[in-house]
Amino acid sequence: MIFLQLFWEFFRSGLLAVGGGLATLPFLYQMCTTHPDWFTSATLADMIAISESTPGPIGINMATYAGFSVAGLAGGLLATFALVLPSLIIILIVARVYTKFRQSALVNDVFTCLRPVVTGVIACVLVNLSLSSMYPGGAVQWYGIGVFAFCTALAFTFKRLHPIFIILIGAAAGVFLL
Amino acid sequence: MTPLWQLFVSFAKVGVMTFGGGMAMLPLLEDELVRRRGWITSEELLDIYAIGQCTPGVIAVNTATFVGYRRRGDIGGIVATAGMVFPSLVIILALASVIRAFAGNPWVEKAFSGIRIAVCALILKSVVSMGRKSVIDVLTALLLVISIGLNLFLGISTVWIVLGTVVFAVACHFIKAGRSRGPDGNRSGDGEGTK
Repeated sequence: MIFLQLFWEFFRSGLLAVGGGLATLPFLYQMCTTHPDWFTSATLADMIAISESTPGPIGINMATYAGFSVAGLAGGLLATFALVLPSLIIILIVARVYTKFRQSALVNDVFTCLRPVVTGVIACVLVNLSLSSMYPGGAVQWYGIGVFAFCTALAFTFKRLHPIFIILIGAAAGVFLL
Repeated sequence: MTPLWQLFVSFAKVGVMTFGGGMAMLPLLEDELVRRRGWITSEELLDIYAIGQCTPGVIAVNTATFVGYRRRGDIGGIVATAGMVFPSLVIILALASVIRAFAGNPWVEKAFSGIRIAVCALILKSVVSMGRKSVIDVLTALLLVISIGLNLFLGISTVWIVLGTVVFAVACHFIKAGRSRGPDGNRSGDGEGTK
């Protein structure tokens, strides 16, 4: 029974959360109230912190952790599967349509317009992310800006350098400088 | 033909190195899928992100399913998605009992505040390379500026910006088609025709 509920709740969030991992958050908050025995809003705050400090997409991490805290290993697996299933099905259909029609002039025009728009949206995420990491609470963090400048210089100078090296440099700088 | 295990491994690799969600993953996807494997072009990656903005689910999973499908059909989509999810599952399940202590550890917190800054640098590089690929004329340059304005200053949600762009592009297409009065689908000028 608990597994059925777990499946349904995460399937529903997977189906209705549009626009990336953090869009699952409101659904998780709702779960706190509908299933107070699963997890509380304090646990949820912990889960968000944990998801942000472990690798992998945040939505997936939260589903795994929530499922695990509710019903152990099987719960973690099931919640993740349920979260992924709707988008897996939808994207398989979308990919089929895209592959079929991408040569058409109309679809080509639509994506030609969408590409700069998505680039702009990503630039906005970058601005918000930069503000929260280098200008937290309205105070400029000069060390942070230095680390950013160094990482940016590295990324643009050594174009073939794997991104993980820059991430590791960031982690080391965080430990020793920040 | 792309072997299935290679799809699994490539996406597991991206999954294990991504800290902090869909946008942080873009530079890693670009490196692995476009630069190293040559499975998709930068333009296609942007197309997937556009689709991911207005379809349900985690963007990472959307991308994995999409690319997997393009390489090996339905099975490919499923295997790539499994690969993307696998590291998270293993790490979270393995750490589950000690995870509170892990996340609250001050050293871990410091490391992650540094990682977030490094990720900003990586995303900046991606934005520049994506901008070079996607801005090809005055119209696309305008669209870039307008989308930044709408999202950053007016706080309009991404879903609406993307859907609005689709409506705009369809309208433009039919106005152009109406003007040239030619039979549809015969003008494949810009981009894309490389495959």
